[in-house]
Amino acid sequence: MASEQQLSAIKGAKVLMVGAGGIGCELLKTLALSGFKDVHIIDMDTIEVSNLNRQFLFRQSHVGQSKAKVARDAVLKFRPNISITPYHANVKDPEFNVDFFKQFNVVLNGLDNLDARRHVNRLCLAAGVPLVESGTTGFLGQVTVHVKGRTECYECQPKPAPKTYPVCTITSTPSKFVHCIVWAKDLLFAKLFGDKNQDNDLNVRASDASSSSQQTEDVFERKNDEDIEQYGRRIFDHVFGYNIELALSNEDTWKNRNRPRPIYSKDVIPVEPVGQNGNQAKNLVAGNPLSISAMASVGLKNPQDLWSLKENSAIFLEALKLFFSKREKEIGNLTFDKDDQLAVEFVTAAANIRASSFGIPLHSLFEAKGIAGNIVHAVATTNAIIAGLIVIEAIKVLQNDVKNYRMTYCLEHPSRKMLLMPVEPFEPNKSCYVCSETPLTLEVNTNGSKLKDFVDKIVKAKLGMNLPLIMHGSSLLYEVGDDLEEDEVANYAANLEKVLSELPSPVIGGTILTVEDLQQELKCSINVKHREEFDEEKEPDGMVLSGWTQPLAVEKNGKGSTDNGASTSRVSEATSLVTEEDEELQIIPTQSGKKRKLSDISSAASSDALSFRNEAKVKRKAEEADNNNDVVMLDGGSSENSKKKREQ
Amino acid sequence: MSRNWEEDNQNPGLKVLLGSAEEAGEKYVFARKQQLLHMFLRLQLDMDGEELTEQETALYDRQIRVWGADAQRRLSKSHILVSGLKGTVVEFCKNIVLAGVGSVTLNDDRLVTEELLSANFLVPPDENVYSGKSLAELCCDSLTDFNPMVRVSVEKGEVSKFSADFFDKFDVVVISSCSLSTKQSINEKCRKSLKRIAFYTVDCRDSCGEIFVDLQNYIYTKKKNDEAVECLLEYSSFEVLEYSTEDNLLQTSIVLSDEKYGARENEMKEVCFVENRRSCLTSTQLGNLMYRNRAQPYIHWEAVSVPWRSLPRRVSKLYLAMRVIEKFEELEGRIPGETSAADLPNVQKLRKELCEAQSLDESQIPDSLLERLLEGRREFPPVCAVIGGILGQEVIKAISGKGDPLKNFFFFDAMDGKGIIEDIFRQKS
Repeated sequence: MASEQQLSAIKGAKVLMVGAGGIGCELLKTLALSGFKDVHIIDMDTIEVSNLNRQFLFRQSHVGQSKAKVARDAVLKFRPNISITPYHANVKDPEFNVDFFKQFNVVLNGLDNLDARRHVNRLCLAAGVPLVESGTTGFLGQVTVHVKGRTECYECQPKPAPKTYPVCTITSTPSKFVHCIVWAKDLLFAKLFGDKNQDNDLNVRASDASSSSQQTEDVFERKNDEDIEQYGRRIFDHVFGYNIELALSNEDTWKNRNRPRPIYSKDVIPVEPVGQNGNQAKNLVAGNPLSISAMASVGLKNPQDLWSLKENSAIFLEALKLFFSKREKEIGNLTFDKDDQLAVEFVTAAANIRASSFGIPLHSLFEAKGIAGNIVHAVATTNAIIAGLIVIEAIKVLQNDVKNYRMTYCLEHPSRKMLLMPVEPFEPNKSCYVCSETPLTLEVNTNGSKLKDFVDKIVKAKLGMNLPLIMHGSSLLYEVGDDLEEDEVANYAANLEKVLSELPSPVIGGTILTVEDLQQELKCSINVKHREEFDEEKEPDGMVLSGWTQPLAVEKNGKGSTDNGASTSRVSEATSLVTEEDEELQIIPTQSGKKRKLSDISSAASSDALSFRNEAKVKRKAEEADNNNDVVMLDGGSSENSKKKREQ
Repeated sequence: MSRNWEEDNQNPGLKVLLGSAEEAGEKYVFARKQQLLHMFLRLQLDMDGEELTEQETALYDRQIRVWGADAQRRLSKSHILVSGLKGTVVEFCKNIVLAGVGSVTLNDDRLVTEELLSANFLVPPDENVYSGKSLAELCCDSLTDFNPMVRVSVEKGEVSKFSADFFDKFDVVVISSCSLSTKQSINEKCRKSLKRIAFYTVDCRDSCGEIFVDLQNYIYTKKKNDEAVECLLEYSSFEVLEYSTEDNLLQTSIVLSDEKYGARENEMKEVCFVENRRSCLTSTQLGNLMYRNRAQPYIHWEAVSVPWRSLPRRVSKLYLAMRVIEKFEELEGRIPGETSAADLPNVQKLRKELCEAQSLDESQIPDSLLERLLEGRREFPPVCAVIGGILGQEVIKAISGKGDPLKNFFFFDAMDGKGIIEDIFRQKS
């Protein structure tokens, strides 16, 4: 039970929770039970069926409703006398500004993406409100405390970011199944069913400059009166047959690689006389477009089964047919959605056909869906444990009990007998551009890159700014906001299209830019360095930002997914280090997967010194933990155990 | 296997031991056979098991990605008994109902009071709703709502009076808020059952929690270097009285094991005997496994009566403090948890006696900790969430046969934030 002192801190606290999902449901429940009286909760999501196995405040009948609102109602049923204020909104919306954050005593994150976490981190720093951050993946989880000036901020350390793949690996030389998925989802699916005006790399590499862009457009466009079956086969033969043949003609590519095999539809599925396809009837039932299924009409049931090349081809053709016959209106506006059954079927089949062409092992729909949808492994128990730990830290924060703040890791395999491992928080990283005012350096071709490239690739993607403002000295180059005049908007739009050196106030080597986000109250200076050439594969942005903590690359496949924020790599970093320290206890071997990540850390971290600093620290903390007084030392040495102790 | 039966058989001491223990030995062999038979049947079931329905696949999608479809099928066929529905246990129930077990049977006849609901999110704290109903009935209504695919029901009665047959219906038994003797007797009934019943106790006091696990002899798979590996763990019971009376037997056996294998013998035994092929075990292989284990049941079967001097060198203080309080409640005939700071002097006296008898320095069980445990009648909800979460995870592991289960105590104290596993078994007298 909480002490009197704790209770009064709890009762007087005003708490902001960001996220009402897996961790959020557990957290709101535990906060309510613990006696918190005033909780505000932001979540932009609505409830889905696959949430119900762990987000226990929600029921089947709530599917489609706001998570924040339903969570509030559910908790009020067992704690009617507390105040819960829900916001069905994006935490990045401008209404949640620094003043909004300032009203809270502590902010608790139960988020599922890096972008929002960074945004909340900045607002907490700007508002001077402590942040308790959390994340889970499968059985792993972590809770960390971030208090400005006292502990490191969320962005002091590099974070895992979804991996991106070089374009030519996706378009020409896939070697893993995930490459085939990315191709099927981001290129083929987008090309056939998505916005026709979007840039698309499909075919670019395969046909190179020889074929005009007009010609490629024609290939994917369904001709007037073209039979759906024929159209499907034409697309099939084009992407899995013709394009592969074309790629094969480039001998250089295949010197050190296995040559792919072109696949044509007639070789896999013989052409049937028109009108004899008897399977169609099953899908005639009108209903939710998201439940139309090619699997069903082809007669396949189990999403865990591996389909043969023939089955995949049948699904491919059937799914394409169903899109054009049942969901024609959506074509041109579709984006891939993991909850869209037909889209998942199409992508699975296309990826598998491509994989079989390149000699890559095939995958089931269930697995493919996980990879394509970037689905995070999630169970209720880990979320419950993490939510409990968040509340424990939150209470310490409310009491300003600084010396007892802990980062806690929830492990799958015990380390030094611990399943829940507390570690003292680290000090702020002095070279963190978010919580310290360290200038950044940008290498860029000032005569080649446009302001737009700088905004998209650096300011938004790397610095995670939401509403940026860019200044060169006192002249404004770019700004976003609702309150701008029309001429300002036009002016900034024109600037975006200009090359840096040709801006009204030219940006050249030696320029110092100020980039600011008024909502996040984050301001950084960027020293610009001119450079002519960039390596297309290694530096695909055409510009390089340094002095900035590079996110770690994490495989985008299901197994390594850490999007829910549990930085498994850091967990294993900590555990493998402390395990080595202790000779007496059984050493739990870190799994090969984790080791790989550990080495990723040292190689991928932009500054090696940084990661060393951390390792040394974890070691030291572990030793301190070893020496403290909460374990019993039995005297007498009666057992074998004590003989093994390294006393002498 | 860490010990070789043929070698043992040439040892005259062991022959004597086996001779004098013939009856008990046979009984044990019989029980093992039944366990293995059950295991086989379970495997058979898994192979023939019907596929998950579309509805199940959709609902359990995210967790199937964690533990696989096989494990999900096993979960859906499991039956769980839960007795004593305080906050921690309610958390646990939520977790396993969400996970999709086959059935949950709730047992707690207590009428609901404001205090019992302090960490309970299943029942509104409104007298008009709860008055006149038992805790189990009220929790049952809410839990049913969490997952329509799980059967939740109530079993009335005093758990300590349920017959051994009754427990046979379950794969997992979790008890809480009960006395030491109840824990012992239920654990014993589970052990005697022809089928393997996983037994757990759980208790939370103040901001501390304790879980005890007895999976008997437990075979499971785990991933090692990306390959599935079979492992065997041998557990101690909480305290099986039947065996602790056979002092001579115990002694002989321990001496034997010490001479030949050293006291380190009873470290976590992990036997990876067939890689990735559970179904490949022939009946002879299973027979050998059983046969080799035959001499061991007498060695270390008691987890709470382990002499303190032989405990692991740095055992958690909570383990010792909980034993003192447990003993105190037993001697005083208290309802578990019905203690207060006023009991401290008497508990200190008991601590002194116990420590003297066990030659342990009293300072190893600090007053401050005892005081917290005595006073902490109301549960601390964040600790309930943590302990209920760990327990849920462990039960899921035990049912699915996947992943290292914890052996055999787990302690969590919110004061230092550590969640510690202790492996405690009888070692040497």
